[in-house]
Amino acid sequence: MTLRARTWLCAAGALGVAVLLVTAFLRMPRFGGDLHVYRDLALPATLARMTPNLVSSVNFDLRALDTLGEETIVAAAVVGTLSLLQPSPAERERIEPQRGYVMPVVKVAGYLLLPVTLLLGLDVVAHGHLTPGGGFQGGVVLATGWHLLYISGSYPALARLRPIDWCEYAEAAATGLYVVTGLAGLIAGGAFLANVLPKGEFGSLLSAGTVPVLSVLVGIEVAAGLVVLLAQFLGQGLIREEHS
Amino acid sequence: MTTAVLLVALAFVAVAGFAVVATPDPRRQAITLSLFSLCLTLLFVVLQAPDVALSELAVGSAVVPLLVLLTIRKVGGR
Amino acid sequence: MIGMACYGVAGWLLLLGAIGIVRSRHLVHTVVSLSVAQAGTYVLLLGIGYQDQAGAPIVAQDQRQPVVDPMVQAMTLTDIVVSATITALLLGLTIQISKRHGTVDPDELRALRG
Repeated sequence: MTLRARTWLCAAGALGVAVLLVTAFLRMPRFGGDLHVYRDLALPATLARMTPNLVSSVNFDLRALDTLGEETIVAAAVVGTLSLLQPSPAERERIEPQRGYVMPVVKVAGYLLLPVTLLLGLDVVAHGHLTPGGGFQGGVVLATGWHLLYISGSYPALARLRPIDWCEYAEAAATGLYVVTGLAGLIAGGAFLANVLPKGEFGSLLSAGTVPVLSVLVGIEVAAGLVVLLAQFLGQGLIREEHS
Repeated sequence: MTTAVLLVALAFVAVAGFAVVATPDPRRQAITLSLFSLCLTLLFVVLQAPDVALSELAVGSAVVPLLVLLTIRKVGGR
Repeated sequence: MIGMACYGVAGWLLLLGAIGIVRSRHLVHTVVSLSVAQAGTYVLLLGIGYQDQAGAPIVAQDQRQPVVDPMVQAMTLTDIVVSATITALLLGLTIQISKRHGTVDPDELRALRG
């Protein structure tokens, strides 16, 4: 089918879907209204569990099982990419990574921002139950901050300071420990992933039970997974191409 | 006032989304995708969702454009 | 009125992403258009949870002001990180396709070769 025919067919289909969408949107409750059933159920529940951040409470306490599924998807996607980008026997030769030219301003800015970004990532993970943040966001900030070494420096610097094996172990261990925390909740509280640690004082760092624990575990898993993922893509550029 | 800010943020997102899809060269799409993520982050902040905005900013401005550029380097543009 | 604008932008992004996938001539362009379509669903979810004059879902113990819906925000934020890893998986597939078939143009990739 030619591109023009495909475009016309897609336009017809898109028109039909647009009509259906508009009909649906006209029948929805008023935008900005106060009919929010889940919010009315979640707010007293999280206040009873001493968690100021409602979204973290929903993610790691009220609906922690869904988060287990989501982090398993992250782990599975990393495993899938690892197996897809595995070098074949014909690609064993590597070229030496070269040091490209980086402007001195970019170098200084990168090296100054690297510890700040890592600290910020740790802060976002650790205070996930108190302020906006949590495991997922903090993990991504940590992984990206680590690669400031690559952007403002050189690939050999990144490769030396990035222990890939430890990242793989950490990702697997964090996923496993999430399930172990769930089983501990099952043994101590009667339900898988029940919130069994002491709730503490509202707004202090060690409060809200298992929410900060699960948040830290997810943060480790997402950060390690993303570092491994980016390492596969960066390593693809080092394969010596055979031009036959 | 909030309505005006919300309308402006929605307009930015609509235009940026069109710019991403209409860019044929994938190398340039990495930059427009980064801008689109920034406009989305603004919209999420106006919709009172700071967690989601943080997530979108971290992912969309750094991780996905980096992956796209590394893939283009390996695959070659057009 | 503002509600139709918000939901309209969500539907616009979804259809735009779909049209981008159909019209694309480079597999990486396809993957990025998929990202745009996913962003449409995020806007729809957050638009459903929004309430006028309500604050962000970070509460004090004696919260007086209403807050927006945290459930849809929890769904959206995990979805964003998961879709980033799925994008990485798709880009890895693109690299392997280019190695095996020599091209990343979807129009030239029609036949299944053993």
